[in-house]
Amino acid sequence: MHEMSLCESVLQIVEEEATRQRFSRVKWLQLEIGVLAGVEVEAMRFCFDVVARNSLLQEAELDIVQPGGEAWCMQCAQTVAIAARYTPCPHCGSYQLQVTGGDQMRIKELEVE
Amino acid sequence: MCTVCGCSEGEVRVEPGSGHDHKPQHAHHHEHHHQHSRSHSHEHSHDHHYGLGPARAHAPGLEQSRMVQIEQDILGKNDQYARANRARLTGQGIFALNLVSSPGSGKTTLLTSTLTALREQIPLAVIEGDQQTSQDADRIRATGVNAIQVNTGKGCHLDAHMVGHALDSLTPERGSILFIENVGNLVCPAAFDLGEAHKVAILSITEGEDKPIKYPDMFAAADLLLLNKIDLLPHLNFDVARCIEYARQVNPALQVIQVSATSGEGMEQWYQWLRLNRQNRLIGHATDVSAEARRA
Repeated sequence: MHEMSLCESVLQIVEEEATRQRFSRVKWLQLEIGVLAGVEVEAMRFCFDVVARNSLLQEAELDIVQPGGEAWCMQCAQTVAIAARYTPCPHCGSYQLQVTGGDQMRIKELEVE
Repeated sequence: MCTVCGCSEGEVRVEPGSGHDHKPQHAHHHEHHHQHSRSHSHEHSHDHHYGLGPARAHAPGLEQSRMVQIEQDILGKNDQYARANRARLTGQGIFALNLVSSPGSGKTTLLTSTLTALREQIPLAVIEGDQQTSQDADRIRATGVNAIQVNTGKGCHLDAHMVGHALDSLTPERGSILFIENVGNLVCPAAFDLGEAHKVAILSITEGEDKPIKYPDMFAAADLLLLNKIDLLPHLNFDVARCIEYARQVNPALQVIQVSATSGEGMEQWYQWLRLNRQNRLIGHATDVSAEARRA
């Protein structure tokens, strides 16, 4: 359940941004959580509701986009799509893969007022 | 986290030592956001109290709807603390390991055996993470090694900020090996860099050989896997080769050592790994090595 900590970090970042960019309420918030980030999106939504209570995120609509997993295959010398960390290269079957995308956890964009 | 001092929220306590107490210094008001109740004990002045919740920031300004690009890593703050810890540890030639495993993998027993075996040769220190109690730190201190307990409260992992404060209190000797025993959890600690040199995953063979692919993030984040309780192999239906194969599917570069903290099997290899990697860290810290030579 590190989703709770993640949501608290989101709130903290948004609050800092609120001071810097002068807004008091968030209407919409977009997070980017890659499929390899080890985050349960449903848990994230649940924790977000709890953390958002009585904050400037209280009424914010949460939008989570989930970029797919990407890895560099050493054998094929190209970027390939992977669904999980334990899957082989879909082209050559090698496990010599370096994850290059889909493990990000970022706050992308806000609609504020 | 508290936006004033950057302190993590929750029931985190670092014991004992440092008189670092954030609470009274906060001019702003903290509120609770969680459904569960939190009791914060403030009787002990040596405890670390982290803010009770994020500060309410009120920004006066235009009440006009607009889009704001943020593009920030959610764990950016943790990573910042981790970088600071790493710089500090590297600067002092301290070789820090983040020990991660499920509860019951035999992590603390493995650690106490290790401390007992190495304490005469190498300066050692331990940061012990658990949700509650200081039982594990007490077990560690019984070996004569300096240890500090960090209780994460409801938290399921240590973060870099807690470790930074624990370092303030513990002040490990230059050139020592610092073991950070994380909360028993194969999921959450994977995402939190503490500033360690390596994550070491401990998996006991009573747990099932498919754990590396069930919890791939942790095995992907680790550099060394200790396959523990290997003395029980004759009594179990555990395929060691299959387990290692799974682990290397997730992380082809993963090193594996088979050990038993109880029988001592394989432990010498683990000590060898520790000595070699620590020596590597000490390159450029010649004074520390010569001090050690004098002591020996």
